[in-house]
Amino acid sequence: MNEMRGIETEEMIINMGPQHPSTHGVLKLVIKTDGEVVSEITPVIGFLHRGLEKIAERLKYQQFMPYTDRLDYLASMNCNFAYAATVEKLAGIQVPERAEYIRVIIAELNRIASHLVFLGTSGLEAGAWTPLLYGFREREKILDLFEMTCGQRLTYNYYRFGGVAQDLPAGFIEKAKEFCDYFEPKLKEYNDLLSYNRIFINRMAHIGVLTPETAIAYGVTGPNLRAGGVKWDIRKNEPYSVYQKFDFDIPVGRGEVGETGDAWDRYMVRIREMGQSLKIVRQALEMIPAGEYCAKVPRMFKPPAGEVYCRFENPRGDLGFYLVSDGSQNPYRLKIRAPSFSNLSVISVLGAGTMISDLIMIVGSLDIILPEIDR
Amino acid sequence: MTSQEIFEQLKRKFGDKILTCEEPAGPVPPCGSGAGNSPALAGLKIEPAALPEVMSFLKDSPEFYFDSLMCLSGVDYPGLPAGEAGHLTVVYHLFSTSHNHKIVLKTTVSKGAHFIPTVSHIWPAADWFEREAYDLLGIKFEGHPNLTRILMPDDWAGHPLRKDYQYPKEYHGVPHS
Amino acid sequence: MSLIENRFDKNLIVTTADYFINWGRRSSLWPVTFGLACCAIEMMATGAARYDIDRFGAGVFRPSPRQSDLMIVAGTLTHKMAERLKLIYQQMPEPKYVMAMGACACSGGPFVKDSYAVVKGVDLIVPVDVYIPGCPPRPEALLEGLMRLQEMIKKKTIAKISHSKLKIED
Repeated sequence: MNEMRGIETEEMIINMGPQHPSTHGVLKLVIKTDGEVVSEITPVIGFLHRGLEKIAERLKYQQFMPYTDRLDYLASMNCNFAYAATVEKLAGIQVPERAEYIRVIIAELNRIASHLVFLGTSGLEAGAWTPLLYGFREREKILDLFEMTCGQRLTYNYYRFGGVAQDLPAGFIEKAKEFCDYFEPKLKEYNDLLSYNRIFINRMAHIGVLTPETAIAYGVTGPNLRAGGVKWDIRKNEPYSVYQKFDFDIPVGRGEVGETGDAWDRYMVRIREMGQSLKIVRQALEMIPAGEYCAKVPRMFKPPAGEVYCRFENPRGDLGFYLVSDGSQNPYRLKIRAPSFSNLSVISVLGAGTMISDLIMIVGSLDIILPEIDR
Repeated sequence: MTSQEIFEQLKRKFGDKILTCEEPAGPVPPCGSGAGNSPALAGLKIEPAALPEVMSFLKDSPEFYFDSLMCLSGVDYPGLPAGEAGHLTVVYHLFSTSHNHKIVLKTTVSKGAHFIPTVSHIWPAADWFEREAYDLLGIKFEGHPNLTRILMPDDWAGHPLRKDYQYPKEYHGVPHS
Repeated sequence: MSLIENRFDKNLIVTTADYFINWGRRSSLWPVTFGLACCAIEMMATGAARYDIDRFGAGVFRPSPRQSDLMIVAGTLTHKMAERLKLIYQQMPEPKYVMAMGACACSGGPFVKDSYAVVKGVDLIVPVDVYIPGCPPRPEALLEGLMRLQEMIKKKTIAKISHSKLKIED
């Protein structure tokens, strides 16, 4: 053992990605490590930068709607919702009440679907295969509902300015209620299988602790911020659409099995959010009124000149659209403030000093999605 | 607090460095009217040199306490208002989690070699937003710890979001036409 | 060209060996995880329980290109990523196949006209065997593409190919 003390060691700079099974997309992490311990981490992004903001300037407002799907493809309906609501605010379009209810039901179902993928991939990062298959099994049922409504499984293009593209089909409400009854006991199943599993807790607790001050300074929003104990949700604090009519809770992290704001808290907030989304969907299915599914919007749509910044609660955080209009048919400037962009920037703080395997869990628990970051 | 009230207080403290406060007046005209040709320059306009002082004050003072930078965007407003050469504007959307108020601040530089002071030491969130504004619009931020391209490849030529940007014909041998 | 190919003249032993070699190769195509964008989720859904790509033998997604023989390029390829695509392709051992999944991989997709950063089709970088259109293609479409690839592999041979048909790859 005495010989070991004189050995010189060097730090290695290694590359994780952009092709990597655990980076949730084309993300490159340049890691400086001393053995297994990471000392510095630099994310390199832009491998999926498709120039969506420039495309928006070259297309008409309605033509850009399908591109918002490809912004965050796991929560396409929420992105559609955000873009449609931003343009409606700029142009002063009133959305009929039935359309608002349809929008909320579909958006909350999409939130559940997005969190199910998160559940599956979290389990996969820790080495568990079963949650992935369970998550996708439930997700297929939600995708069946979406296919019934708009014909697509992943990128929907369902929302329009003033409402939605078409009304809910006959039988949708019954099938959706059936899904709610089917899904509710599954949350307990996930908790038994994964959430309170000792191995999973050992992998996730006490790592990647994100305090509220750091989170707000870095612009982190959504479940990552709520895991630190901050009760902030745009659906409650700055309600849009008809969210103020529903009764639901905002789950926050409490440091149940580790510290407040660790990776397990971020995971558990999302699991509990699925239960709350289910509550909203059930209430909306009961309360949905009859009426129009879309307001009349002129074909040659020209909103007045002006600018607006609106933000919405996506499954990953605050999605903001900053829209500058010059009165023509094309947006003058559309800046997309993606939640994952700021969520990822905090990894240089969270990842320093951890082991490589813990780094994988931290990146997984932030629930980032690359096309949103890169646009 | 509304933007107008914040503007009054800032004007009292900083004087001429706060140039103007413009809020769109009156109700929103009906959709389809396409009224006007220029985007309304809503928000508080500041001179670039005054930025660090004003921003620190907005973040730290107890009556404002704008602790959250919601968004930092660059906009290429060519030829606006009438008579000015091409300008690049940086728009800051700030929010206070404790007081629950928002404000929009803007600052403008010409497209040449002029710099805008960075605010990344005030809000770390601004770090990546400023890199993106540099990458896509060519706005240079003075004092930024790492002002390099973030979304485009490092050897990309040009700033894509500028209105006068020409699309490339090829990149590293791969045709793009 | 892998080691065993192009050494023997066509005869009975080769055709029987062909049958078994092709059967082995097409029934155990191991893809490398190369999901870039939205199509990656449909690829994951194909791997999940309802559509189950594993019944075709292709359910073992390997993270390392050294252990795989199929690359499903699922998603948009940008100029920044193109070099890495080529590197991963070059690291795969022979025989290797490429499937371009989705409109973006086939020809640039919805980004072909207005984007400045998207490569207009993966076949500008690597040779593609099967194109699967769709945005995103349904899991059934991906399985159809896989079956077409399996049909293609059925027709391969390890016998000598005459010089005019021999493709030189660098």
